Amino acid sequence: MAQENQGLTFPFADTTTDEPIVDIAPVRKILDICRAMSLWPMTFGLACCAIEMMGFGMARFDSARFGAEVFRPSPRQSDLMIVAGTISRKMAPLVVRLYEQMPGPKWVIAMGNCAISGGPFVYKDQYGIVEGVDTIIPVDVYVPGCPPRPEGLLEGLFHVQKKITGKRWWPLPQTAEAN
Amino acid sequence: MIEAIPIQLVIMLVGLAATMAFVGLNAIVLVYLERKVAGFIHRRPGPYEVGPHGILQPFADGLKLVGKQIFTPKGADSFLYWLAPMISMAPAVVCFLVIPFGPHLQIINTNVGLVLILAFTGVNVLALCIAGWTSQNKYSLLGAARGVSQSVAYEIPLLLSVLPIIFLTGTFNLFDIATNQGSWPWQWFVVTQPLAFIIFFICALAETNRAPFDLPEAESELTAGFHTEYSGMGFALFFLSEYAYMVIAACVGAILFLGGFKGPIVDGWWWFLAKVYILLLIMIWIRWTFPRVRFDQLLNICWKWLIPLAILNLLITLLVIAL
Repeated sequence: MAQENQGLTFPFADTTTDEPIVDIAPVRKILDICRAMSLWPMTFGLACCAIEMMGFGMARFDSARFGAEVFRPSPRQSDLMIVAGTISRKMAPLVVRLYEQMPGPKWVIAMGNCAISGGPFVYKDQYGIVEGVDTIIPVDVYVPGCPPRPEGLLEGLFHVQKKITGKRWWPLPQTAEAN
Repeated sequence: MIEAIPIQLVIMLVGLAATMAFVGLNAIVLVYLERKVAGFIHRRPGPYEVGPHGILQPFADGLKLVGKQIFTPKGADSFLYWLAPMISMAPAVVCFLVIPFGPHLQIINTNVGLVLILAFTGVNVLALCIAGWTSQNKYSLLGAARGVSQSVAYEIPLLLSVLPIIFLTGTFNLFDIATNQGSWPWQWFVVTQPLAFIIFFICALAETNRAPFDLPEAESELTAGFHTEYSGMGFALFFLSEYAYMVIAACVGAILFLGGFKGPIVDGWWWFLAKVYILLLIMIWIRWTFPRVRFDQLLNICWKWLIPLAILNLLITLLVIAL
C-alpha cells in the first residue's frame, strides 16, 4: 500500500486560546517579560535533534541561566514546544494533540531541518515523513541545522523572547557583531 | 450591642496573615535555592541572567503561572477539581500557627501543638487523592494512588519516631519541647535520639513527596503524577504547598531534635531559621543526589526497616526512662 504518496494530510491544529481576563497594556508588558524569562519547554524529543536539546539543558550551555531549564513533562504546564526532530506521519497527530493540550500563551520552535521542511527525507514519492512541522502547527522560530548546535537552540530561545517582548535581551556573539 | 472583638481572634487573624506571607516568602526563597543548588550540583550556574545572579527568576515564574490559561479537563468535576489545590494549601498555613519561632514569637501556644501539626499535614493526602481522581486522567489517578499508599505507610514510622521525644519531655507542646533542650548542641535530643531523628527525616522526605521518594509525581513514568492536568495557578498552588510542607517538616525536625530556637550564646529566631534552612538544604541536596526508588523498595524500606527500628527505639527509650 505504501508505493505512492497517498496524500495523507492532517488537519491544522486548533489554535484558539482563551482571551486574557485582564488586558491592560502595562500589565501585559510586565507579564510578557515574565513569560519571556520563564519559558518552560516540554520534555519531548522526536529524533537526533533531541540530543542537542539535552546538551542545551546540560552544564556546558545551561539554559537554566535564562530560566528555561524547567523541562515540564506535562504539556499543561509548559510554555514552549521544541519540535526536535523528524516528524513521521504516525507521530504527526500526536504532535498536534500535544500542541492543543498546551494552555496558552504558547510558543513553538522548529528545531533542525527535518522539523522545518522534512530535511534529507524529502524526495519523490516519500510517504512516511511530514514535510515541515509548520504544515500541522504554527511555528514561531525556526532553528536550522542538521542538527543545530546547542548555541543555535539558545539563539532560537532568544528569538522567542524577542518575539514575546519586542526586544533582544542578551548581547550578540562577537562574530555576529563583526559582520 | 456589639461586644468587643476577642483578642484571641485578632491574634489569630494577624497570625494567619503573617504565616501566609511567611509561606509565600519561603516558597520564593526555596524555588531560587532549589534551582541554584541543582545548578551547583550539576556544575552549572543555574538561573543567572534574570536579575543579578537570577534572583528575579522566582518572580518571573510566579507571574507567568498567574498569567497562564486556566484549564479544566473535559469530564472533570470542576468544583472538586479546583478545590483540591486549595485543600492542599490551606492546612499548611494553619500548621505554622503553633510553631514557636522564638522565645516570644509564637502565635498560639497550645498543649496539642504537635498533634495539630501531625493531623493537619495528613489532610494533604486527601487533596492529592481528590486531584488525581477528578482529573479524568490515568496518570493522575496512578499518581494519586501511589501518593496515598506512600503517605499512609510513612505516617506510622513518623509517629513512632516522634513518640520517644514525647515520652522524654512529657508534653505535646512544641514550646515546652524546645525549652526542654539546652542551648548547646550536645544538649539537643538529636544526641540522645539519633535513630529517631534519622527515621523522622526519611519519613519527612516521603511525606512531602520529595526525591528520592517522589513517586506520586514520577516524571519518567507518570508524566507529572497527580497534577498532570493542572495548569497555571492550580499547579502553582500544589508547588507552593509542597514547599510549605517541606518547611513544616524542617520546622518540626528543628524543634523536636535540634533545640528549636535554643542556640549557643543568645536564644532567638535566628537560630531557629538557621536550623530550618540547614535541614531544607539537606533535603534539596538529597533530591539532586539520589535516584528515585522503586515502589516496592519504597514500601520495603518503610515496613521492613523503619517501623521495626522505630518500635525498637521506642522500647529502649521507655526502658531507660523506666529505670
